[in-house]
Amino acid sequence: MCLAVPGKVVAIVPDGDTVLRRATVDFGGVRKDVALAFTPDAQIGDYVLVHVGFALSVIDEAEAGRVFEALRQMGELEELQ
Amino acid sequence: MPDLTCPVLTPADDRILLGHGGGGRLMQQLLERVFLPAFASPELDARHDGALLHVGTERLAFTTDGYVVRPLIFPGGSIGDLAVNGTVNDLAMCGAKPLWLSAGFILEEGLDIQTLDQIVASMRDAARAAGVTLVTGDTKVVDRGKGDGVFITTAGIGRVEAPATVGPDAVRPGDSIIVSGDIGRHGVAILSVREGLQFDAPIVSDCGPLWEPVAALLAAGIEVHCLRDLTRGGLASALCEIAAKRQVGIRIDDALVPVDEAVRGACEMLGLDPLYVACEGRFVAFVPAAQEQAALTVLSNVPISSGAVPVGTVLPENPGIVLSRSRIGGHRVVDLFSGEQLPRIC
Amino acid sequence: MKYVDEYNDAQAAARLCSAIRSVVKRPWTLMEICGGQTHSILKSGLEDLLPPAITLVHGPGCPVCVTPVGLIDRAVEIARVPGVTFCSFGDMLRVPGSAGSLLDAKAAGADVRIIYSPLDAVALAKANPAQQVVFFAVGFETTAPANAMAVRTAERERVENFAILVAHVRVPPAIEAILSASDCRVNAFLGPGHVCTVMGYEEYEPIAARYHVPIVVTGFEPVDLLEGIYMAVCQLEERRATVENQYTRSVQRSGNRDAQDCVAEVFQVVRRQWRGIGEIADSGLALRAPYRRFDAEERFALGTQSAAEAPECIAGFVLRGVCKPIECPAFRTRCTPERPLGAPMVSSEGACAAYYRYARPDLSSAHAR
Repeated sequence: MCLAVPGKVVAIVPDGDTVLRRATVDFGGVRKDVALAFTPDAQIGDYVLVHVGFALSVIDEAEAGRVFEALRQMGELEELQ
Repeated sequence: MPDLTCPVLTPADDRILLGHGGGGRLMQQLLERVFLPAFASPELDARHDGALLHVGTERLAFTTDGYVVRPLIFPGGSIGDLAVNGTVNDLAMCGAKPLWLSAGFILEEGLDIQTLDQIVASMRDAARAAGVTLVTGDTKVVDRGKGDGVFITTAGIGRVEAPATVGPDAVRPGDSIIVSGDIGRHGVAILSVREGLQFDAPIVSDCGPLWEPVAALLAAGIEVHCLRDLTRGGLASALCEIAAKRQVGIRIDDALVPVDEAVRGACEMLGLDPLYVACEGRFVAFVPAAQEQAALTVLSNVPISSGAVPVGTVLPENPGIVLSRSRIGGHRVVDLFSGEQLPRIC
Repeated sequence: MKYVDEYNDAQAAARLCSAIRSVVKRPWTLMEICGGQTHSILKSGLEDLLPPAITLVHGPGCPVCVTPVGLIDRAVEIARVPGVTFCSFGDMLRVPGSAGSLLDAKAAGADVRIIYSPLDAVALAKANPAQQVVFFAVGFETTAPANAMAVRTAERERVENFAILVAHVRVPPAIEAILSASDCRVNAFLGPGHVCTVMGYEEYEPIAARYHVPIVVTGFEPVDLLEGIYMAVCQLEERRATVENQYTRSVQRSGNRDAQDCVAEVFQVVRRQWRGIGEIADSGLALRAPYRRFDAEERFALGTQSAAEAPECIAGFVLRGVCKPIECPAFRTRCTPERPLGAPMVSSEGACAAYYRYARPDLSSAHAR
């Protein structure tokens, strides 16, 4: 459940009321209008996770790379053995 | 054309559902239950895109199709060029050079004449590009509310130029499966204007005529076993039908199936699998493995098939089953969708 | 696509599988909660790559599957009312009620539409003041913030011809119900990554402690799932039982406060019926008093119906992970996607449908190379 897809914020329509703030989010070349009501700190260039037209989180790029760094180290260990 | 906002599936079997037109399992069941028993003939039993007929020493291919797409005009085309190219392509898939078309129009009272002009102009242009002539037609008008603006039914006749019969029965284990280009554009282009699913994606329908690449394959002496254009139900449905008819196994590699990034993004967003999304100017070809490279070279020199790539093989094991190897190396069965694939949130 | 492709990388997957194989010593049964995770597992053929000691069973992670028959019937009844435009996510259309699905209602002439976002339903209501636009608000906590925002938008913009039929469910009580059942086979859970993006995972900590069961909050792509499985197996082998977070790029322990606040403003926690499982306390959401005028059940006078499941449908056992779909006697024989007996066969996320489509145990494994 909960199909949420990562996309890049390419434009933001600011609003006095944060709740109405919207963004144009790019999903690999498809753009969709997304509500930023739940991610008030999202900026242009951020990646957000979008579910039914709402951004639910800003993707933490450092954390996203964590598993690959761990795997890379695992790979190096394998080579040593 | 697939009505992607309207799926299907229900235990009730006393009424026609939208899913019966979906190109999936329900449609197969309808054919088997209602049409095939009534109209049994060796040509129909071949279950291919067109009927192969003999007139003296000539071999002709004959096909028919109905076009009910909504919206009538979409990025990259209209119901008009869909009608011409769809019929031209069914003939091409039989290894036949398309020659003549008929077109029957069912117009809804109140249809804007300018829209009709646009549709007819696109048909004229598509026919010219495909090298076919519209030789006969008909027009009817129905009351407002009884039609979707325009319904078009076509029939097409072509001269078979393939030396041997092209169809599922000619498929052999070991055959290479080639897709003529990236998949899913048409379905996504339609969705881009459909009510409630708007996006700014510059995705344009891949609607186009396919005789040129087929003729090129035949001219190069490629032993073409089977051709199938990808329409409703996408690549998955075409492969499932061929595997079932010929009782062979098929294995494809997910990483090899070409999908444009924007099409993939649109499918990810909606929870759709590109394998099942409709195309209109794409086909799959089954050729002997030894001729795979030669076939690819031929296809790459024709614009509409310049994106051709091999995606899989025919196997003797698991007859009737299509397997897909995922990017991480696991396997899943690719099956016919019951009715239509649905956008999902889950 | 960024943040999707790299999590489908074959080498990363192979390394994780190798790591799993090197730590696992005994057989373990793991349950993933989300239907989307089930879908991903089966679509990627991930189980082919796991050592046989690890069994995956699929949980009640699909709100479609767990929505009781009575609620589907109510949806269909409302959809049939003249002047109603009934909007729903695609997932719900095929789920059978006792007298047909929403799709059947559409075939019989009801105005039933698939929409992408609940805000689209509000916009539809605003543009069609003469219609009653009703939205089927299904989902776990992931979807609740969007639905809450739709109600607040309707209120703010005075769109009075909008209503929602609430069918929200909460995950933690469901996990507890599964764990407290005497036939529970689950040793560890892969927690719902997007539910936790909204709710955080603090509320799972007492559950892990009480039942001594590891819970690893996991994402949805194959690399996420394999890493989640690896972390769960490590805990099991080391006799630990805590809540860990695999999906750190999206989930924080406290979750998304803005989203939670919006939900809390509009909804309150109530008890609810789950299809195939029964009633679970504090497991559902309902509109709070200030918003109750948007409740479709109140707006439409509906008859009370008692709705029964098809007796052969063992959805309850499948949803609790007690049985795999292939163990059900009706699977693929009397219960198929064209003629479903229960929701798990119909829902695109349902365990049974996923099995029917993706997995065939009778296949020659000569190809699993």
